[in-house]
Amino acid sequence: MRRYEAMEEAVKSLDHELIISNIGRPSDELHSIRDRPENFYMLGSMGLASSIGLGIALSSRRRVIVFDGDGSILMNMGSLATISYHAPSNLRLVIFDNASYGSTGDQDTIASKIPLEKIVEGCGLETRVIEERQDISWAMEWLISGEVPKVLVIKVEKGSEKVPNVPLDHKFIRDRFMESLRQV
Amino acid sequence: MHPACRVPGECLAAVEGEIIGALKQEEMDFCVALPCTMFKDLLAMMEEHWDVLKVTREEEGVGICAGAYLAGKKPFMVIQNSGLGNSVNALMSLNRNYDIPLLILVSHRGMEGERIRAQKPMGMATRPLLRALGIPYFGPSKADVMATVRLAASRAFEHEEAVCVLFSRKVMLDEAL
Repeated sequence: MRRYEAMEEAVKSLDHELIISNIGRPSDELHSIRDRPENFYMLGSMGLASSIGLGIALSSRRRVIVFDGDGSILMNMGSLATISYHAPSNLRLVIFDNASYGSTGDQDTIASKIPLEKIVEGCGLETRVIEERQDISWAMEWLISGEVPKVLVIKVEKGSEKVPNVPLDHKFIRDRFMESLRQV
Repeated sequence: MHPACRVPGECLAAVEGEIIGALKQEEMDFCVALPCTMFKDLLAMMEEHWDVLKVTREEEGVGICAGAYLAGKKPFMVIQNSGLGNSVNALMSLNRNYDIPLLILVSHRGMEGERIRAQKPMGMATRPLLRALGIPYFGPSKADVMATVRLAASRAFEHEEAVCVLFSRKVMLDEAL
């Protein structure tokens, strides 16, 4: 399954949740699938999508979904421990794991040999791993339910969809997102 | 008497009290910290006023504070200058890119009176680094700690940028150098 397909399917399960999307092609793909005010496209600061999500989750009652990647999780692995320690009930992570740096030419990450779900479990977070498109719907239902932070790992193929870069101004992304957060 | 005040009648926590007072007056309501011996008393006193959020690395803290700001908070971080080095890319590609404010209180290790050799290279590089990044910074003397912290906080949120206050050993530890 391609990441684009997986993301398309995952977004179908979401309503008014806030989405923090990872640097590079994943943000472009999310924008192309479903642009909405509740999306924060993180266009720099590789690794920090889950940290931004944690900061929002600790400061708001809104449910926060982070669309992260294997390379980014590996770059800020301490974030999993921090999330587990503070355990906000409204934070969820989806890790699209293609075992590669998809935005820079599909170079392998070390996730090809290191199972991320073991790291997630080791940090004390609930996790599920899926590989098939038909499993995304129930897995997203599992992810959103309950009152503890959870992590869904979706194994996907290498490669990104040919979609345009996020065409939005940085300030527009920020202000529109902040405005959507003020509304309940 | 506060536990940080060790000598009756002579409160050594005066600087810490001024920092906390300034942060309160500026209505700073979200705090991430990683320790420094120079901030030992400050961090202990801060626990009484804020939920001081523990993180694994300063860069992570920059991301968390950015998220808190997006959700309407006024965040600040308390870190060592070593951790400023760990945060550089986030301060540029997140805070600068999206005009996200952050007040950072930094213990400036590696300068006058420093006993640990490994602190010195980063100590010497701290001000040039901040200048290169275009991050405004202040280095208050003991007399103007409170005014400086307030000024730095209001500048950060009015200009929507990261601003640092560098605390010297002399200001924090009150020791003869």
